[in-house]
Amino acid sequence: MIFYILRRILYAIPIAFGVSVVCFSLVYIAPGDPLQTVMPPDATAETIAIVKHAYGFDKPLPMQFVIWLGRVVTGDFGLSIATRRPVFLEVTDALANTALLALFAAPIAFFTGYAMGVIAGCFPGRWVDRLVTGAAVMGVSLPNYWLGIVLVIIFAVQFMLLPATGMGPNGSTGFRIFEWSSARFLVLPVITLAMIPIGILARTTRAAVAEVRNQDFVQTLRAKGLSEWAVTRHVLKNSLPQVMAVMGLQFGYLIGGSILVETVFTWPGSGFLLSKAIINRDVPVLQGTILTLSLVFVATNLVVDLLQSLIDPRIRRG
Amino acid sequence: MADIVTLDRPLDVFAEQAPPATRVRGYWQSVFYRLRHDPVTLVFGAVVLAIVLAALSAPLIAPFDPYKESIIGRLKPFGWGGHLLGTDELGRDMLSRLLYGGRVSLSMGVVPVLFATLIGGMLGVIGGFAGGRVNTAIMRTMDVFYAFPSVLLAVAIAGAMGGGIGNGMLALTMVFTPPMCRVAETATTQVRSLDYIEAARASGASTAMIIRYHVLGNVLGPVFIYASSLVSVSILLASGLSFLGLGVRPPTPDWGLMLSTLRQSIYVVPLVCAVPGVAIFITSICFNLVSDGLRAAMDVRM
Amino acid sequence: MAAVIAQIPVLDPRDCGGPQQPLLIARDLRKHFPVKGARGKSVQAVDGVSFTVRKGETLGIVGESGCGKTTLARLLLHLVVPDAGELVFDGDAVNAPDGLSVNALRRQVQMVFQDSYSSLNPRMPVRDSVAFGPFIQGKQKPEARELACDILAKVGLDPDLFGARYPHELSGGQKQRVNIARALATGPRMVILDEPVSALDKSVEAQVLNLLRALKRQLNLTYVFISHDLNVVRYISDRVLVMYLGRVVELGPVDAIFKDPRHPYTRALLASRPSMDPERRIEEPPITGDPPNPIDPPPGCRFHTRCPFAEAVCEATDPTLELWQGPESHIASCHMRDPGSGHSQAGNA
Repeated sequence: MIFYILRRILYAIPIAFGVSVVCFSLVYIAPGDPLQTVMPPDATAETIAIVKHAYGFDKPLPMQFVIWLGRVVTGDFGLSIATRRPVFLEVTDALANTALLALFAAPIAFFTGYAMGVIAGCFPGRWVDRLVTGAAVMGVSLPNYWLGIVLVIIFAVQFMLLPATGMGPNGSTGFRIFEWSSARFLVLPVITLAMIPIGILARTTRAAVAEVRNQDFVQTLRAKGLSEWAVTRHVLKNSLPQVMAVMGLQFGYLIGGSILVETVFTWPGSGFLLSKAIINRDVPVLQGTILTLSLVFVATNLVVDLLQSLIDPRIRRG
Repeated sequence: MADIVTLDRPLDVFAEQAPPATRVRGYWQSVFYRLRHDPVTLVFGAVVLAIVLAALSAPLIAPFDPYKESIIGRLKPFGWGGHLLGTDELGRDMLSRLLYGGRVSLSMGVVPVLFATLIGGMLGVIGGFAGGRVNTAIMRTMDVFYAFPSVLLAVAIAGAMGGGIGNGMLALTMVFTPPMCRVAETATTQVRSLDYIEAARASGASTAMIIRYHVLGNVLGPVFIYASSLVSVSILLASGLSFLGLGVRPPTPDWGLMLSTLRQSIYVVPLVCAVPGVAIFITSICFNLVSDGLRAAMDVRM
Repeated sequence: MAAVIAQIPVLDPRDCGGPQQPLLIARDLRKHFPVKGARGKSVQAVDGVSFTVRKGETLGIVGESGCGKTTLARLLLHLVVPDAGELVFDGDAVNAPDGLSVNALRRQVQMVFQDSYSSLNPRMPVRDSVAFGPFIQGKQKPEARELACDILAKVGLDPDLFGARYPHELSGGQKQRVNIARALATGPRMVILDEPVSALDKSVEAQVLNLLRALKRQLNLTYVFISHDLNVVRYISDRVLVMYLGRVVELGPVDAIFKDPRHPYTRALLASRPSMDPERRIEEPPITGDPPNPIDPPPGCRFHTRCPFAEAVCEATDPTLELWQGPESHIASCHMRDPGSGHSQAGNA
């Protein structure tokens, strides 16, 4: 069992390495001189030469990668071109805000999606099933940034109930979760973010539950005289690992894929940071954010895999 | 144990008594049969067709020039001055821009999936059939790209390369190739271990022949089903990229880009601003439902 | 008179060497599969198997699951490359520089597989599956299809009724006929049948076996028939080879093997067949225990862990197969048969 854990962790290392290679090479697939991406356009020739040497752009590519990797591992992502602050600080600040969204959106999405899927799966073919499946398809086909805009139109523009953008009167530093004045800014982004995971989870759960219900052992349980409710509990327990895997993946998406929603609501999270960096061509921030987000995603997948092996004894054996 | 077999009519004695011949249906025929009797898929398939035709024939049916601006006619609501769906922030007709924008959005939805199917499918079949180290090498490389959430990867690549429709398509192709490769590899591996592949080898067939006649036919099904389900995702992602400014450049109409530029104006004409999103939503749903129907028709255990 | 005429073998134009030359000689075939993860260890599937097959005979190969029969079958067609040993087909060494190439071998030897479900491409009509072999070997598609229809008729399936059908529209017995047709489509001289009737109902099994016998006669074939079912092997074979854990333990004419089994394993196998006859009591002690792991076979005689007659010498040294002195000889690989082995029963059994 311990071997499985170690093997799984060991497996994540080359993936992380591959991820860092991809992030590193982003700079080089960008059009233009990579040096210009880290320098403001009005730098003098001497500054350019100094920076070139300091960043190591005059060395061969593999060397540059190693240098970059060395810096990254110690937390030095360079300085943001736009704000001159260390990228590391910018990313971690932004990530905290994104995590806030994710922490609220995840339980809502998981609970709603799971409940919908279970109900649909237990009554396949009936109107409940059709309703849930239809809603799930709609959820999955939704451009979530558009939903955000629509919700803003309804709640902020028409009825003026909730704020349209931003993180509150005090900004991200002064955010008070338990006060409505701040917390009201959470409502729309969280709902928007949760839509697609709800759809995906409802679908997955429904499929898993329906599949498990069709298995022979369920008939055996009924034949043994178990009540329908007890049978359902068994079914849920057996379908859980499959669903959990998807939940974990969705949590990763909530953190890594929130860029669109955050842009709509101007929520100062890592996704918004990324879109600003794209507009400003702020490559250190671009690199740093992408690297951090994807590593978080890898770590999340790792944790989910390990949790899954704890729950599903079949995986443990090998 | 005397044999009563003679040289003249040796084997009639073993002839199978077949039941009266039923209408024999091949695999593809049965797929079409199921599709023909599936109303939901047919209806939405028709809608998809309508959308595609409308986009293709935009130059013919668009009421106005999508690029023609008008200073006085900005942000007008539905129906104003002949503009069925109103006008945008520069006074251009929304309906015409939707039709022309459909061409961009649809092609950015379909083309990356096409390329990803070709490239990923090929890699997956090669890996699945070769097995061993080749397979491991291919799949591990794909795993690295799997480690990125798809939105992030698309944004990263498109963002780094500077946006534009070509880069956007390239980014999306790279996002979809790993999952397609995985689907093809799984299907190929399953088929590869079956006896009829061994029998084909025993007949003396080369690897290329075996893949062409025995493997592809059985792998194409799952690959096609998966590809059809990717189209709706691709349309969403593509318009997402345009929304962030990573797709086509203005003034070219594109649904995602339109949504982005109209965002400032939601306080003025909210309904008009929501229209491009409706287009994306409807197109995506239709593709989704059609792909579901295709899966139901094709994924039958024989 | 017709029956006599039917028995005169017609010489195949590809024949070289005449009826005296064995069609297939297998010498010391060896195949070990490395075990994933455990370095150095391997599954010793086939470990030094030698036998000959005469033209026109049916050699039955019997053994429990895991004794290496299927691997052996695949070795004979070079679907699996042997680690050691050689094959000689009608006088030509296979895969040797001046002998028969593997492709040429596959034009003369074909195989019928066990699992009728997975041995046919579900997306191909049956006629095309049968025509695939001739098509690969150079015929044009229409010609290959016609050939397929002929063969289908020969195995008792009317090509007009069955040709266009898909495998899922056929019963188990019909599918196996298709497999047989596919094997025969390229005109082989020898057919290896790997458990061809194991998955069929008994009544269908009898039909297929009779069909195989008739086909052999009509098309001048040689069979290697692999099975775990002793009754089937007895019905169809001329000679029988008994395998245990990758090795040959006994070889001889079918009647001799069944009436006078000489290896303790063969004796136990035969004795374990259930019988309805109260007169036929089981006198031999039954086999005890499970078959050993082919990754770690027991030292010495591989059967000694389950043999009721095992002694110290059985664990110490490998018994050798007695010298093969001709098609009628009945030999076993057991210390009890070898007078000089040191076994207490040597020379008596």
